[in-house]
Amino acid sequence: MATPQAFIDTGELDELKNPLGERLWSLARKQPLGTAGALVVVVMAFAATFASFLTPYDPVVNSLEDMLTPPNAEFAMGTDEFGRDILTRVLFGARTALFIGLVAAFLGATIGLVLGVASAYFGGLFDLIVQRIVDVFLAFPLIIMALAVVATLGPGVENVIIAITVPFIPQCARVVRSSALSIREIPYVDAARALGYSHARIILRHMAPNVMAPFLIMLTYFVGQAILLEAVLSYLGMGVQDPTPAWGLMLKGGAEEFLESAPWLSIFPGLAITLAVFGFNLFGDALRDMLDPKLRSR
Amino acid sequence: MYQYVVKRLLLMIPTLIGAALLVFFLLRLLPGDVCEVRLAGTGLFASQEDIDICRKELGLDDSLYEQFIAFAGGYFTGDLGKSMWTGQPVVHEIQVRFKLSLQLAIMSTLVAVIIALPLGIVSAVKQNTWIDYLVRAFSIAGIGIPSFWLGIMIILGLLIITQAWFGAGWMPPINYVSPFEDPIGNLAQLIWPALATGYRYSAVATRMTRSAMLEVLREDYVRTARAKGLIERVVINRHALKNALLPVVTIIAIEFAFLIGGLVVTEQVFNLNGLGKLFVDSVGNQDFALTQHLVMLVVLIFVMTNLVVDILYAWLDPRIRYS
Repeated sequence: MATPQAFIDTGELDELKNPLGERLWSLARKQPLGTAGALVVVVMAFAATFASFLTPYDPVVNSLEDMLTPPNAEFAMGTDEFGRDILTRVLFGARTALFIGLVAAFLGATIGLVLGVASAYFGGLFDLIVQRIVDVFLAFPLIIMALAVVATLGPGVENVIIAITVPFIPQCARVVRSSALSIREIPYVDAARALGYSHARIILRHMAPNVMAPFLIMLTYFVGQAILLEAVLSYLGMGVQDPTPAWGLMLKGGAEEFLESAPWLSIFPGLAITLAVFGFNLFGDALRDMLDPKLRSR
Repeated sequence: MYQYVVKRLLLMIPTLIGAALLVFFLLRLLPGDVCEVRLAGTGLFASQEDIDICRKELGLDDSLYEQFIAFAGGYFTGDLGKSMWTGQPVVHEIQVRFKLSLQLAIMSTLVAVIIALPLGIVSAVKQNTWIDYLVRAFSIAGIGIPSFWLGIMIILGLLIITQAWFGAGWMPPINYVSPFEDPIGNLAQLIWPALATGYRYSAVATRMTRSAMLEVLREDYVRTARAKGLIERVVINRHALKNALLPVVTIIAIEFAFLIGGLVVTEQVFNLNGLGKLFVDSVGNQDFALTQHLVMLVVLIFVMTNLVVDILYAWLDPRIRYS
């Protein structure tokens, strides 16, 4: 129960005294790696949003006289076999990666959240059936599942999003369910039921907000995973299609034919993927430390 | 324990049936089939009749029910049918590539263990020194770097180095030779993809080794071992490491299951004719017969590995009892 003393938390007073900048600084000191990850994420979001203002070149228009130029003052990362500026395509690629990553992660985690909470809330036969279906989906390695889905739907941005979302749903549902099982036993859920609220309202308004910690942690990891998966699918030629700028696709073109003659084609997009996955992973680690100290051991 | 294993094995049956249904119907949802891909590949205009004949030959015009029985029934009769693309028996297609993928998986695991154990131990023993920071940076980097890009960079590095030293670029050979016939040629081909996948794999294992060692090094029995005057090496190896290994073994086994997925891309990068490449090709060709059996093989390995992990856990730590 909240006693008056507990209500006036000294930490809260500190927060009132300290301006935002100082608080951010102390957080950064406590979580240096997480801050680095957050910085990468912010830079990436910035690059994705303002890509068209950051570079004078167009990511899709060919310019054959500049074909395969090595990195120089004019083209910081060189140009590809169609004379397109690599830096420009890496910046616009951030847009593709972030869009696919965020949408797929958000969809997968949210559907998983609802499914997991509903499974815990209803229990019984519904829970049993949902969990056996989850078992089946979890028996597929992530990439195999994504490839199978993309084989069915065909390539393209929307289909890649679906292919990445599908394997995320059961993962999130499993984790969320285990947290939601304990929440179901807390009296306020009984209270909500006694007040005659609908199942949907109890699941969405009363239970879901209380499993936000595992949900947010999963969400962050999913974004990094989704960016990696998108790169893999595009690299295999089953993801985003040319001329859309996507890092995996750039690697495919660069590594197959021009690895020896023009290595910059495959170096820079790979660095971008590495940095992005890295950023979201570090950010996720820090988030986990802050939100759920019990999980810290892994 | 015995009861637990039997129960887990029985629970696998519905999972596998579900997986078979899922794969089967997922593949049949797609518009187009192997006949359209095959006839389009000849460059000639394919008439509807040609496509119909082709479908009839491959049994694609049978009802879904009949097709499913043919697919799932194969596991009981031992006849898995033929690839719709090459016409070779599925078992044969898988057999000729299985050795390569298996060897690559084992070598990647070895690379991971060889990197992860010493680094994890040193990092824990020298906690918060520059060695520790270096190891942690190395392992965190391994999680971010996609293994297929690392593979491309390894090939590039080999090309540049051989170009500089020998005057001619060298790339790992493409054709597989058995390690028993030509061990050097075999190693020259497979050590590079094993490094590329093994590094990523080691990153997780290094972090696990470090945190497990840190925990164990604070235990009373380690202090006792030191107090009775044992040399540090014995304390670390005999007293600490043995007790820290449990979570490490678990994480290595869990990652082994994920390795299969990783091989799909690595084999593509190094142009290795393994199961991963076969899978990507069969998906591209819409070769249902091959794809569905390959997926089932992967699922089976995945599910079995998870079971072995759980059994290993109880076996290594007698305190754990499943009921």
